[in-house]
Amino acid sequence: MSRLRSFGEFWYDFVVGDDWRVAAAVIAALIVTWAVSTSGAAAWWAAPAAVAVILPYSLWRSIARR
Amino acid sequence: MTGSAGALFAAVFLACAVEAVEATTIVLAAGTGREWRSALQGVGAGLAALAAVVAALGPAVSAIPLHYLRLVVGGLLLVFGLQWLRKAVLRASGHKALHDEEQIYLREVAAAGKARAERRGVVGDWYAFTLSFKGVVLEGLEVVFITLTFGSNQHDIPLAALAAVAAVVAVAAAGFAVRAPLARVPENTMKFVVGVMLTSFGMFWGAEGAGARWPGGDAALLALVPAVAAYGLALAAALRRYRPRPDAEASPAAGRPVEVGG
Repeated sequence: MSRLRSFGEFWYDFVVGDDWRVAAAVIAALIVTWAVSTSGAAAWWAAPAAVAVILPYSLWRSIARR
Repeated sequence: MTGSAGALFAAVFLACAVEAVEATTIVLAAGTGREWRSALQGVGAGLAALAAVVAALGPAVSAIPLHYLRLVVGGLLLVFGLQWLRKAVLRASGHKALHDEEQIYLREVAAAGKARAERRGVVGDWYAFTLSFKGVVLEGLEVVFITLTFGSNQHDIPLAALAAVAAVVAVAAAGFAVRAPLARVPENTMKFVVGVMLTSFGMFWGAEGAGARWPGGDAALLALVPAVAAYGLALAAALRRYRPRPDAEASPAAGRPVEVGG
């Protein structure tokens, strides 16, 4: 069981990393992109907007914790 | 070589070189601190494990329709890229210890000197073997992922593989030649560049996979890459104002463990 847990923790750390909010923001941005693109409107801006918001937010949280 | 092929080669080469420098430090510590034969057996076993992952995942990744591949891979690259960029900005602004191969090497050699020797089968020193094996596999997994995803997205896995092999061979040859950690490689700068590339390509492919069309098509990358780099540099400059005070710590890295990985 502990090996299974270690295996899961390794992949979580490998894919998600230090801040799960970054992964959540990326998923949300891709969902918004998909939703906007199905309406026919330009949707390319969602991912850059997410990066512009989540990167400083994650950095700020990291510094505030130290 | 076209512009996109050049960007593909540069991104994969840099990412692989950074990971290879870290793996080389660990193997050097295992070899000099313990026993070279077992350390090199660990390298061989690690490379075999990575080859098995490539053999299993390569055809599977190539079989995924491009639309879904770009959505999933773009999303993962964007998460990876933001992780790299986040750490690079923290290091550049003095909020995280710089990645120092010399210190990591010394710490690994000291730890290796304390571990007891144990023979298992054809491996003379199990500690040296496992230290090398873990170093190669853990650092190599990200290399495999980046190579396969960049290569399949750009329909040029051979070029991505060539970039990866060129980086690993160059770093391994340099490490073997000097028999010391490659401390002079501008690793922290390279990590920032890789973070910028992964974030830019991740945004581009992820959005395309989700149905978006970029203004200018592929040429949008020519704006995305410098924009992400400028944003990262601006954030690092802004965060330097909130750096820990010198009287609180002798240096930004003082008293903190040296970063391993990422």
